Amino acid sequence: MFVIGERINGMFKDVAEAVKKKDKEVIRSLAKKQVASGANALDVNVGPSSDNPKEVMEWLVKTIIEAVGDVPLAIDTTKKDVMEAGLSLCRRKPIINSVNANEDKMKPLFALAKKYKASVIGLTTDKSGIPKDSEGRLELAMKIIASAMEHGIDTSDIYIDTVILPVNVAQAHVKEVLKTIRELKVLADPAPKTILGLSNVSQGSQAHLKPLINRTFLAMAIASGLDAAIMDANDKDLLDTAITAELLMERQLYCDSFLDAYRKK
Amino acid sequence: MERVIEKWQDSISELTLGAAKESGGTRANTVKIGGETGIYFLKGEDACPNPPVIAMEVWDMEPENWTDALKSNFGSALKDPAEWARMCVEKFKADLICLRLASVHPDTKDSSAEEAGKTLEKVLKAVSVPLIIVGSGSHEKDNDVVVRCGEVARGENCLFGIAARENYKTLTAACLSGGHSIISEAPIDINIAKQLNILICDMQFPPEKIVIHHATGALGYGLEYTYSIMERTRLAGLSGDRMLSMPMINFVGQEVWKTKEAKAGDEVASDWGPTRDRGALLETATACSYLNAGADILVMNHPKAVEKTKEIIKDLCNVKN
Repeated sequence: MFVIGERINGMFKDVAEAVKKKDKEVIRSLAKKQVASGANALDVNVGPSSDNPKEVMEWLVKTIIEAVGDVPLAIDTTKKDVMEAGLSLCRRKPIINSVNANEDKMKPLFALAKKYKASVIGLTTDKSGIPKDSEGRLELAMKIIASAMEHGIDTSDIYIDTVILPVNVAQAHVKEVLKTIRELKVLADPAPKTILGLSNVSQGSQAHLKPLINRTFLAMAIASGLDAAIMDANDKDLLDTAITAELLMERQLYCDSFLDAYRKK
Repeated sequence: MERVIEKWQDSISELTLGAAKESGGTRANTVKIGGETGIYFLKGEDACPNPPVIAMEVWDMEPENWTDALKSNFGSALKDPAEWARMCVEKFKADLICLRLASVHPDTKDSSAEEAGKTLEKVLKAVSVPLIIVGSGSHEKDNDVVVRCGEVARGENCLFGIAARENYKTLTAACLSGGHSIISEAPIDINIAKQLNILICDMQFPPEKIVIHHATGALGYGLEYTYSIMERTRLAGLSGDRMLSMPMINFVGQEVWKTKEAKAGDEVASDWGPTRDRGALLETATACSYLNAGADILVMNHPKAVEKTKEIIKDLCNVKN
């Protein structure tokens, strides 16, 4: 399971505060903690309220690299100049988070992916929003893959995000998302990787239910073939669930200390 | 046609055995094993930087139940481990010596840790190749002996065996303290093999100093079980399982020379070919099978089998003389 830690995002109060005060220590410690907990990469999002997102992105990326060095970063923004500012500072293969299936979005971002040898997260959405069913999602996924190939991006560098909506508002979507993950694996060879912004599934649910919903859904998604998730890397139960689900899917060889064995990797 | 070359996610750890003077030991030759980035002997892939090596077995007492076909190669040297070791290195070109401390077993001579240490000292002086040191099979006694031997060979970077799930702590601690490498063994159970490596590493032992032994079956005696488990181990290691990405060892001689096919005399098995050659041929055939399964060290007994297997390794690895 490729875990992208979600915590460095200006939507969180402590990050927004740290950005405002230029408090490096808060960011550094968030970066270190997520990596220590098992994050393979870190998402970086300046948040909605920033006046100068480009400058903030540069500051965040530099601060994170100071703290955790070579850990890959997922630059999470919708603005092209902010994206490039982040990508240009990354030392390890960065991840573009994200493109959608709109031609005017894909073209410039795939060009950036080529330039910075980045992986790309492709959301199965377009101008008309998020498709209701698996067929609609698959169609958009194919559009993204085709466009990526035209731009010379390897399919194995694409992560398709099948976009999960909160279960309390769009319950019927959950099944469709899982079906899409399963079917994506036969769409292209090599198959694109699949990813989810996991916490969205429990957005708006009661706080005490969120972790339970997240980890149950993650286990189901892994059973459907999920490769990666943007998620709370500090939630130990969640990561334990992911490791166990992968074990049950025979993606790791069993031994009694399988949790330790995974973390020793 | 396009040549398909598999790209593996990970590589097998590379391990140096023996330490030269500048690294705190007294070995003139050190031996590097492991480091594979793919499957052995696939021509053109250059996946194996270090060809497999052969250790010859030397006992600290004259083996009682060895047959003449085996004993006759060593003559009176069988009574003197230092002389025996020298013969294996100088005459039979062994890459390493595997010293088996058979005499410490309560059922043989029950000799003391002190005596084992002295034998080890002599063997270390007699040869300049790296040493593998294995106990007698009596857990309790071996634990005693290994602590002493680990001290005697401090800095020489030997390979000590054999750690099992029921008995790994003393050996691991001794290897840690003396700077040695360790053989971990879980007979024909890949899940327990992985678990044991985790337990050993939990004692702060570096995973890159572990060599795996799954068990060795002689040809006709379960070889295929070991073979397939070794293949699975190697594939798991190359696929990124760090608790299995270690070099592997097989005790070929020990197993082959237990079989009736190797031991039976001409009088009982005349249509099996002459006793003189039969055991060595069986040992060679068994050794070659394990080479293909991914073995990095073969521990062998018969000089003819050693010679032939070395030729085959050279041929398979394209080593020019």
